[in-house]
Amino acid sequence: MKETKTLVKIQDLSASFFSIPVLKNIDLEIPIHKVVALIGPSGCGKSTFLRCLNRMHEEVSGAGIQGQVFLEGQNIYAPYIDPVLVRRKVGMVFQKPNPFPGLSIFDNVAVGLKLMGVKRKVLFERVENSLKQAALWDEVKDILKRQGTSLSGGQQQRLCIARTLAINPSVVLMDEPTSALDPISTARIEGLIRELKEKVTVIIVTHNMQQASRVSDKTAFLLSGELIEYGKTSQIFTNPSKGKTESYITGRFG
Amino acid sequence: MIEKLNPIFVFSFFKKKEKKKDIHAQDRFFYFFLKALSWSLIFLFFYMLFVIFQMSWPAFSHFGMNFFVNADWNSWTQSFGALSLVYGTVVTSILALLLAVPVSVGVALFLSELAPNWLAKPLSFIVEMLAAVPSIVYGLWGLFVLAPLLRDYIQAFLSKYFHFLPFFQGPYYGVGMMCGGVILAIMIIPTISSVCREVFRTIPKSNREAVLGLGATRWEMLKIAVLRGSSTGIIGAVIMGLGRALGETMAVTMVIGNAPSIKISLFEPAQTMASILANQYAEADNELHLASLTAVGFTLFFLSLIINILAFLLVWKMKRSTTGISSTKRFSSASRGPSLSGLDYTGKEKKE
Ligand SMILES: Nc1ncnc2c1ncn2[C@@H]1O[C@H](COP(=O)(O)OP(=O)(O)O)[C@@H](O)[C@H]1O
Ligand SMILES: [Mg+2]
Repeated sequence: MKETKTLVKIQDLSASFFSIPVLKNIDLEIPIHKVVALIGPSGCGKSTFLRCLNRMHEEVSGAGIQGQVFLEGQNIYAPYIDPVLVRRKVGMVFQKPNPFPGLSIFDNVAVGLKLMGVKRKVLFERVENSLKQAALWDEVKDILKRQGTSLSGGQQQRLCIARTLAINPSVVLMDEPTSALDPISTARIEGLIRELKEKVTVIIVTHNMQQASRVSDKTAFLLSGELIEYGKTSQIFTNPSKGKTESYITGRFG
Repeated sequence: MIEKLNPIFVFSFFKKKEKKKDIHAQDRFFYFFLKALSWSLIFLFFYMLFVIFQMSWPAFSHFGMNFFVNADWNSWTQSFGALSLVYGTVVTSILALLLAVPVSVGVALFLSELAPNWLAKPLSFIVEMLAAVPSIVYGLWGLFVLAPLLRDYIQAFLSKYFHFLPFFQGPYYGVGMMCGGVILAIMIIPTISSVCREVFRTIPKSNREAVLGLGATRWEMLKIAVLRGSSTGIIGAVIMGLGRALGETMAVTMVIGNAPSIKISLFEPAQTMASILANQYAEADNELHLASLTAVGFTLFFLSLIINILAFLLVWKMKRSTTGISSTKRFSSASRGPSLSGLDYTGKEKKE
């Protein structure tokens, strides 16, 4: 097996809401250009974990956090690091497709680029590229001026992926990106995720075991804020080493 | 009392009378009662419209369309035209909006997005309380505090440095269109800001986080996710404020100077549709004068109605587009097969 580089290294990460611990001493290494799935019952801290990786956790009132997260060797919680810059490296796709209301399809993708001060001349090209990467270009190239919210749910979610990809992140976090979508749209997005790992590293939370096994290279199982098991997806789903993992994936709890 | 509440007692009560047990009797009674109430409100509304129109008919038939073009309002010559009153109403309302909108949107943004909870709660309470202050109190305050303040500082300043603008020319007394506009602005700030806050609240949290997630600063996030996303709703809020400003009577009557005329300078006194009613209704002594006043009332009623319907539609549309529609659209994609064709994904899979 080929040795792969670690892109994100999570060290002794703990998070809390109003001093109630939600994540407990998590250690995890995310390899570059892979898809890592995060599974676990509702409320176990999956979303919180994702949000610790782009410093979004601290936006919520009552949030507390300890530990380190290294992105390309740099601790993103170092005091001199600006969270705004971290979020440009670590993109996020949400559960419910959320194109910005009042913005056209084009502007939805362009808005992040404009924030970074990308020149007008290359703007169109960058938007086109991102929409192509998100496998949406062919469907929207003639209706770029239309409102982003006028698209179908599956298209909206791909638009959200395109807008995240536009600013060239090295990691894309996805929090149950298909749980609000129909099966066909879900299949398209799963296909997209597998293509994306050529360019970015994906960390995806999912409640769907089949989805985790279809799209991911590695899987982490969280339970009550603790990391129970982390390993190759094929191994987690066929031969988990922990009893709790096995109970969960065979549907005995959660 | 207790016995009556006992279901067994109720049950036996029905049995004794050999009636069929009718557990929905209350439901039906309430249904008809509430239905009758609602219909009588609707009836009352149209009845009012009709009566006012009937009462103002002598004026409309006497002056015709000229009523809206004539700027003269004179009970000696029996010449009544609404133009100067419409002018006074429009100018004070526009001035009020110009002053109130930026403040209200700013206050709403601060309260809903920036202020910590312990500050936002009492502050928004105070802003809402502004709406509860009686109109007459605003009027007194306007007359005795605001007008002298305007005259001695603001109007003196404007007259000295901006007298090249036609809006700030001529003598100034404090009371006048400017004072009316400022009072109105203060009175509509709570309306606009609380509707704005409601509109901001319809924007999902994930939208804000998505903008932050793209590397936006807080201000950029407010601009893109909150303000852009709620522009329709903000316009609705502004029009609601306008609706309130148009009809406001007592406070304006006390500070506007009560002179039906059309002057460009905001220092000048004027008269609004509502204030002339308050001023002259009691002393109108002939039919034409009375009918003309009622006709002004009818015009105002009609105008406010249209403005309010417009505002309601905008706010409603905004709420629907941010909450309802996206959730119904989400599932329609499955039925729109051809454009989506999950096939090219499976096709690619086979190639690998
Ligand atoms: N904003 C919040 N305030 C307080 N507690 C929260 C908040 N968000 C999440 N929690 C709590 O943190 C725990 C983990 O939540 P979350 O990370 O959303 O779980 P998951 O995504 O795995 O369902 C849950 O017990 C939840 O109740
Ligand atoms: Mg979650």
